[in-house]
Amino acid sequence: MTQEFEFTVDGRPVSVVLDNEETPLLNVLRNNLGVMGTRFGCGLDQCGCCMVLIDGAPEKSCSKPVWSVAGKTVTTVEGLGTAERPYPLQQAFIDEQAGQCGYCLAGILISAKALLDRNPQPTRSEIAQALDGNICRCGAHNRIMRAIEKAAAQMRANAGVRQ
Amino acid sequence: MNAPVLPGPLADNPRLDRWVTFPAPGKVAVGTGRVELGQGVLTAMAQIAADELGVAMECITIRSGDTEFTPNEGYTAGSQSIQFGGVAMRQACADVRGLFIEQAAKVLGCAANELGIRDGVILRNGAPAGQDYWTLAGAVDLATKATGSGKLKAVADFTSIGQSSARLDLPAKIFGEHAFIHDMALDGMVHARVVRQPNRGAAIETVDEQAIMRAAKAPVEFVRNGNFLAIVGNDENAVDAAALAASNQVTWKNVEKPTPLQQEAAWLVQRPSEDRIIGPAEPADAQGRERFEATYTKPHIAHASISPSCGLSLYKDGQLTVWTHCQGVFPLRASLARALKLDASKIIVRHVQGAGCYGHNGADDAAADAAIIAMKMPGKPVRVRWRREEEFIYEPKQPAMTVKVRALVDADGKPSDWTAEIWSGNHNGRPGGGNSLLAEEALPDYTPLPPANEVPEANGGGATRNAEPLYDIAQKRIVHHLVRETPVRVSSLRGLGAMTNIFALECALDELAERAGRDPVTYRLSITSDPRARAVIEKAAAMANWDANAPSGTGSGRGIAFARYKNRAGYAAVVVELEVEETIRLRHVWCAADAGLVVNPDGAINQLEGGIIQSASWVLKEQVRFDNGVSSFDWETYPVLKFSEVPKIDIELVNTKDETPLGVGEATAGPTAAAIGNAVSHAFGARIRDLPMTRERIMATLLKE
Repeated sequence: MTQEFEFTVDGRPVSVVLDNEETPLLNVLRNNLGVMGTRFGCGLDQCGCCMVLIDGAPEKSCSKPVWSVAGKTVTTVEGLGTAERPYPLQQAFIDEQAGQCGYCLAGILISAKALLDRNPQPTRSEIAQALDGNICRCGAHNRIMRAIEKAAAQMRANAGVRQ
Repeated sequence: MNAPVLPGPLADNPRLDRWVTFPAPGKVAVGTGRVELGQGVLTAMAQIAADELGVAMECITIRSGDTEFTPNEGYTAGSQSIQFGGVAMRQACADVRGLFIEQAAKVLGCAANELGIRDGVILRNGAPAGQDYWTLAGAVDLATKATGSGKLKAVADFTSIGQSSARLDLPAKIFGEHAFIHDMALDGMVHARVVRQPNRGAAIETVDEQAIMRAAKAPVEFVRNGNFLAIVGNDENAVDAAALAASNQVTWKNVEKPTPLQQEAAWLVQRPSEDRIIGPAEPADAQGRERFEATYTKPHIAHASISPSCGLSLYKDGQLTVWTHCQGVFPLRASLARALKLDASKIIVRHVQGAGCYGHNGADDAAADAAIIAMKMPGKPVRVRWRREEEFIYEPKQPAMTVKVRALVDADGKPSDWTAEIWSGNHNGRPGGGNSLLAEEALPDYTPLPPANEVPEANGGGATRNAEPLYDIAQKRIVHHLVRETPVRVSSLRGLGAMTNIFALECALDELAERAGRDPVTYRLSITSDPRARAVIEKAAAMANWDANAPSGTGSGRGIAFARYKNRAGYAAVVVELEVEETIRLRHVWCAADAGLVVNPDGAINQLEGGIIQSASWVLKEQVRFDNGVSSFDWETYPVLKFSEVPKIDIELVNTKDETPLGVGEATAGPTAAAIGNAVSHAFGARIRDLPMTRERIMATLLKE
């Protein structure tokens, strides 16, 4: 049965009409809305390539049925910043050259954003724990964690928080 | 008169306009047969071109891996891109610069030696002369052959080479732009999934199309060609659902499944093999020397790319276009031509980036899937994206290996005779080398090709790669047993046999050092005369504050290992510090590497670091398991190293101003594996010679001791 689902993606209200309410959010983002920044890695909730924020909480979108996000706010990597106006995490990833193939980065940036939102000054081991749901196969882990530390410091400075 | 010798890839592709063109004012288009696999090669190529041409990096756009436009450089593999492809790029650019200088001299009526080029502008005695590449481009014919006469710039004159330029491809990946083949959406594109033939020779018995279409919940159609069956539709969800249903709704006969017995490398030793000896005959008796023998094993491992493979194809007006993230577009074109019975001139293969592949994964096969379907649906772009389990089960694996080291040891504790006896499947399973594309085996008139040759020693060897110690040992030999019959398809994975051979060789060396009562660092140095090898061993030991008297068996330990990749690419020495309890926890890794002339130091370090982490993952965790078929089919059944398991890593490059670049992408995997093995032995007081070093192996070793 055809149904309409309304939610917000990266600050933009969207509406999609679908036959199947179980369609994964990831497929709706990529195929119906053309929001390709969030990547498909496994479809099994295992690798974290498809991580998005749903009402601020990090969630894997590859097996999240679209009905479950109706009325909610979805933030993808594309909603963080752009090349012209990079989000501090994105700038730090560029500064640290944090990535090799980069396929995992969209999901990792979202996990990192969720971490810094709840813990602005994480330790290295807290960062690692927060990223254990994301797989990086190329071995860019240490650069990625360094970039997150750097972004956290920058964001604290921006917020005027005393370090 | 002797003509200069052209670097190999340039000799193979001498037309300069395949390498460099000047398409518009201020723009330089550079072509390379090397492709971006996440290793940063395109950035390095742009740096090389910028320096040799004398233009700013920003002017350069790069086209790579395209059968229509770029040089044919075979595969992007084996840490050869900079060592060979980069050297060819440099000479091509120097030749181009030479032609423009010649033309400028004509136009300006002066001698060529008064002229130079900076930022694309012709300088006469250092001052702008009113000409540049673009004003002269119309008069310089680049559809001409390279001569190798363009004079290379001196290392001291480089402004871009040697700098850690930011990667050109990373921003799109960080901002979530269309960066990957998976993000291509062509007009009118259909999605497809293949119902995979379980093994070569398996035949479709029944297909319950109705049940599959019911599961799809949206229209899908079937494309069938012999035992090749695909499900195609406009809605990706529908084809996914249909493909999932098809695993129960399509039945096959002649199914063969690998068994648990075959998952162990020891199985290989019992199998028929093609045998050869490289090096002198083995001495009949020990001639008064002490004998050492130890056997090391490594199971099948998976490339386990983070994204399942993807291929797109369009067949239109008799022309087949294929988009792929494979490592060699020209070899793939040849394979497609054979499989599809289509003239290669009717096929264009273009590279588009995918996730890191680390060798021959499913990329070529996904491209072939798309092409076979596209041929049946002229005018419609077809996108095939493998499912996660499809990638794990059907990607070619790195073959399992057993390596038996035998050494004869002199009274001074040093080896004077060395044998590495290797049992392994073929590491060359790439299409184009006599191997078929996966889907080709399901086509109706499939005829198996003659078995492919293993990678020859002239190209670094496959199973034999790095089996010969670089150390000063009077007699060395390799006994190679090529086991043709493997339980699963096998092919090239990062470093081929190097990781296993270096693991065996460098662990054996530590065992010899221990027998001789010598410190592993000084023992290695005592049998190493290559000064560059000595330099990295000494440097890594210094970085780690190596303590020759650190007690063993305390639960924490350190190990060192060294190799020069292929005995002719980059040198690396690695020290590992770890703890052993029920599992192994890596704490700290130090690495010193000599890659010769380094184009992009941060890029080289990134590759060395990636090699350390991936190798640690192989060694501690990875094994493709067989239980009623391949039972490692997702990230839970094939776990890899997690963020919280990654050690601190320090890397230093030495000797970076040498004239010659040496490949580094695969330089650290072997030394890391062996350094872990040696550190475990130091920490644990017992040696584990079989990979992976899982909790079960540690427990079993404890019980044995």
